[in-house]
Amino acid sequence: MSEKYFFLPFERFVQSGRVAYVSHGPHKNKLVAIVDVIDQNRVLVDGPASKIPRGQMSLSDLHLTKFRLKFPFTGSTRVVRKAWAAEKIDEQWKATVWAQKVAAKEKRAALSDYDRFKLRRAKRVRNAIRTEAFYRLKKAAKKAKANKAAAKK
Amino acid sequence: MAPTENTDTKSVKKVGKPRNYDLGNGVYRFSRSRTYHKKALWKFQDKKTPKTVVPKKPVTVEKTVGGEKNGKTRTVLVKKRKSNYPTADAIKKRPAKKCFKHHTRYLRSSILPGTILILLAGPHKGKRVVFLKSLKSGLLLVNGPFLINGCPLRRIHQNYVIATSTRIDLSDVKIPQTLNDEYFKRVHEKRAKKEEGDIFATKKVVYKPSEQKKIDQKLVDKLVIDAIKKNSEKKTLFAYLATMFGLRSSQYPHRMKF
Repeated sequence: MSEKYFFLPFERFVQSGRVAYVSHGPHKNKLVAIVDVIDQNRVLVDGPASKIPRGQMSLSDLHLTKFRLKFPFTGSTRVVRKAWAAEKIDEQWKATVWAQKVAAKEKRAALSDYDRFKLRRAKRVRNAIRTEAFYRLKKAAKKAKANKAAAKK
Repeated sequence: MAPTENTDTKSVKKVGKPRNYDLGNGVYRFSRSRTYHKKALWKFQDKKTPKTVVPKKPVTVEKTVGGEKNGKTRTVLVKKRKSNYPTADAIKKRPAKKCFKHHTRYLRSSILPGTILILLAGPHKGKRVVFLKSLKSGLLLVNGPFLINGCPLRRIHQNYVIATSTRIDLSDVKIPQTLNDEYFKRVHEKRAKKEEGDIFATKKVVYKPSEQKKIDQKLVDKLVIDAIKKNSEKKTLFAYLATMFGLRSSQYPHRMKF
């Protein structure tokens, strides 16, 4: 983004080729590509990689991602699939913090009562270690400060 | 065009049909005498089947009547007359009321022997306990174990319980047969006879486990604890059973998995 010389208030647009995350509905948690804009609220989407048939979707169900595919306006499913594979969107998406958060949320929701208990215990152990390390550093810092002050005198 | 009839008779299976047929206007192909010969009815013309003698059933029955001046017996018709009109309504048999003990019991499929349950009611609510078996009354027999979380051998209804997916292998454990509904019945001491003054002053009864229950508790505790010890995560499991269940902020039990 170093080539950008002017200020852009928005960076993600509803445009053909824009990859979007489905936040609601039967295809929740999947990625689609916007193919065409139908009107203010609806777009034509296609998700060959996530097995979402080409069709309309409400923009209120979509969250725009930073990815944009390069394919001609209203490209067919085959074109979308090819562009998707060429850009390696699935791999790129997995690497994003967003996708990792989604995965973490899913994992957390799938935890059983016993798993939650084990997690709580593990956290307690981790926090104890961290607190101890923090105090050790604090103590060392205090000592260093005192030594410095003594040397000055 | 009308569908052509299948002329190939060999392929078509023969279906029994009356040989006589209507030619139209109620005229039949074969006359009565023709059918008589066709059917060879002459064969059966003079055949006689031996008559079976049906023993006559008695029409009346003699019944004894109580009372000295009643002549002792009456002859009564077996089949009541058509004009008979009973003077009193017959006592109808009511459809049997289903007693609680006859009810069919359903146990949630998620509750199996060894399943760790979260109690939601009673003095031990919030505790995680081990399910042992379901009793005839439909209640669940659970055990803390008492040594770990202080929940003794108890009965509880499955509605007051959350079944977790965690399970302890109790396949080798044999729970004593004596632990049944009768075992857990509360013993009420009979009230003392009326004495002056303390008709309404009832003493508060404090529950005290009997010696037998203490022995059984120890036995079952040992069985369950030994079963847990066989698990590879026994240390965490013991800690799990020892801690109470609780919800934190933005935790909704209906959305959670157990």
